[in-house]
Amino acid sequence: MAYAWAQAYEPKSPLMKWVDQRLPLPRLVYGTVGGGYPVPRNLSHMYNWGALSGFALIVQIITGIVLAFHYVPSSEGAFDSVERIMRDVNQGWLLRYLHMNGASFFFMVVYLHTFRGLYYGSYKAPREIVWMLGLVILLLMMATGFMGYVLPWGQMSFWGAKVITGLFSAIPLIGPTLQEWLLGGFAPDQAALNRFFGLHYLLPFIIFGVLILHVWALHIPGSSNPTGVEVKGPEDTLPFHPYYTAKDGFALGVFLLVFFAVVSFLPNYFGHVDNYIPANPLSTPSHIVPEWYFWPFYAILRAFTVDFILPAKLWGVLGMFAAIILLFFLPWLDSSPVRSGAYRPLFKMFFWILIADIALLGFVGGLPAEEPYVMLSQLATAYYFAHFLIILPLIPKFEKPLPLPSSISEAVLKGTTSKAAPAGIAAPGTPGVVHA
Amino acid sequence: MATVNHPTGSTAHDGAAAHAPSHVHVDGAPVDGAHEEAAAGDGHRRRDFINVAALSFLGVGTAVAIYPLINQMNPSADVLALASAEVDISRIEPGQAIKTVWRKQPVFIRNLTPQEIAAANKVDVGSLRDPQTLAERTKEGKQNWLVTMAVCTHLGCVPLGGSEGENKGEYNGYFCPCHGSHYDEAARIRKGPAPKNLEVPEFAFVSDTVIRIG
Repeated sequence: MAYAWAQAYEPKSPLMKWVDQRLPLPRLVYGTVGGGYPVPRNLSHMYNWGALSGFALIVQIITGIVLAFHYVPSSEGAFDSVERIMRDVNQGWLLRYLHMNGASFFFMVVYLHTFRGLYYGSYKAPREIVWMLGLVILLLMMATGFMGYVLPWGQMSFWGAKVITGLFSAIPLIGPTLQEWLLGGFAPDQAALNRFFGLHYLLPFIIFGVLILHVWALHIPGSSNPTGVEVKGPEDTLPFHPYYTAKDGFALGVFLLVFFAVVSFLPNYFGHVDNYIPANPLSTPSHIVPEWYFWPFYAILRAFTVDFILPAKLWGVLGMFAAIILLFFLPWLDSSPVRSGAYRPLFKMFFWILIADIALLGFVGGLPAEEPYVMLSQLATAYYFAHFLIILPLIPKFEKPLPLPSSISEAVLKGTTSKAAPAGIAAPGTPGVVHA
Repeated sequence: MATVNHPTGSTAHDGAAAHAPSHVHVDGAPVDGAHEEAAAGDGHRRRDFINVAALSFLGVGTAVAIYPLINQMNPSADVLALASAEVDISRIEPGQAIKTVWRKQPVFIRNLTPQEIAAANKVDVGSLRDPQTLAERTKEGKQNWLVTMAVCTHLGCVPLGGSEGENKGEYNGYFCPCHGSHYDEAARIRKGPAPKNLEVPEFAFVSDTVIRIG
């Protein structure tokens, strides 16, 4: 799709030729994740997170479908049905542990994927829509993850549902009515559980649809790369298959090792013991926190403690949503013409401060709302917004970027005496090879 | 696999690089072109081992991953726990039948009268669609206790004839209202589309008045 020198699809068997002429699906696959998609040759392992995210989505969809075979979306039966999955359903314990830890690992790889995009400036032109579609996926994931956590109908499920829908009650005038509409009642009960189950089953497929758009938009300019220098010719690229299928396959192996280590030996590490207590509308757990992947946002929510024109509660909700909505404007907030953080000394420093700031937000988000954590969350929240709204737009005015390589192949081959060329691919500068 | 071939083979543009051992690590995975080159030698390259091992691992891993996804649909432990049922038969008078439940399926337990036993034994077994004697379908010395699934062997409906006043069919046994299968006193198929006699489940007498099905 992206480059003129992309290998055209040639069916190897008469059957594939027959199919390709009628439905060019083999051609689409070949051009998307096969030999027909030229990819910058210098992608590091930081570029594996996207493929791993796609894998994690598929794991969640498959394990989720089979869990739905056994789950009962009823306020009376949900908790027991989950326990039945754990004890009686064949390998049900495995499927549930895969699904609940799969959610954590999905967020983990997606956050790393996002941080990679932030560092290497993957959000910049011409990939703004790729970035924004990714944020849409992140928002959909958050909604899906939240509703999935409600389904076991334990104490954390119930009170999570109550607190999160309570956010909407902060909206002036319509707030309380809106919350009742969302829940189908005055508190989470059968109506809420049933619609959460329906949506939790639906949203992953919507995510899959947006993922297709995300990959489609990516394949128009082609993948970014650690130098941030655009591909100039065939010497800058390698076919996706077998080079990046192998690289992603290796990353997948490492990912599965860590994933199964947790699923096998620490299956409840990311959970909360309170969720093994059936939902009780009359008693709130003493310390109620969301899943770890919401902690930074939860910290921002709780950081607003003073009424200022608007009530503090509303400021918290606005702040939390703004923290993500802000990222949609990132391509225009960062005006530096240099894409990759690797060549931006000042940006690089502030990037790592931002990561530390988000880690701090995550840390205090998981702790009780008491001092000094409230103050820390306020400072960290202030810095988070300052980074995107003040520091990032100002950096290009003071920064002196490092010299960029003139091409990817030059950056890769700099300092090497041999002109390394993969088998079957001509080395750059080789006589007889015409460069585009 | 014994000999080492250079992956870039004869088409390498840079002779020095092609013969440097480290080149093997630089070049990454084989592509089609490399295969063609290898064919010119003895057909094997060291890297083929990694390919075969990785793909084998992928295959085995996929099979292992599919197993729980398939097996979760099998009857679960709590369903299998229903696998046997004990029934008190002391209050079933000769000529009466009851319908009970085993594995969520109906079961007929019938106390045959001497006349019914005689009628069932008079039939020429060779003429039956599913040849079985009454003795083969009951326990020794307890020929009057006929225990069968109340599930028609045609398409699974519950036949009539287990309760007072129900249609017992033309052979004084059971009659399936769905597609008109007639069973006789020993619940053997005599007329209609069903291929087999009503199934006799595995059962045993725990005592003279209690049986355990399953």
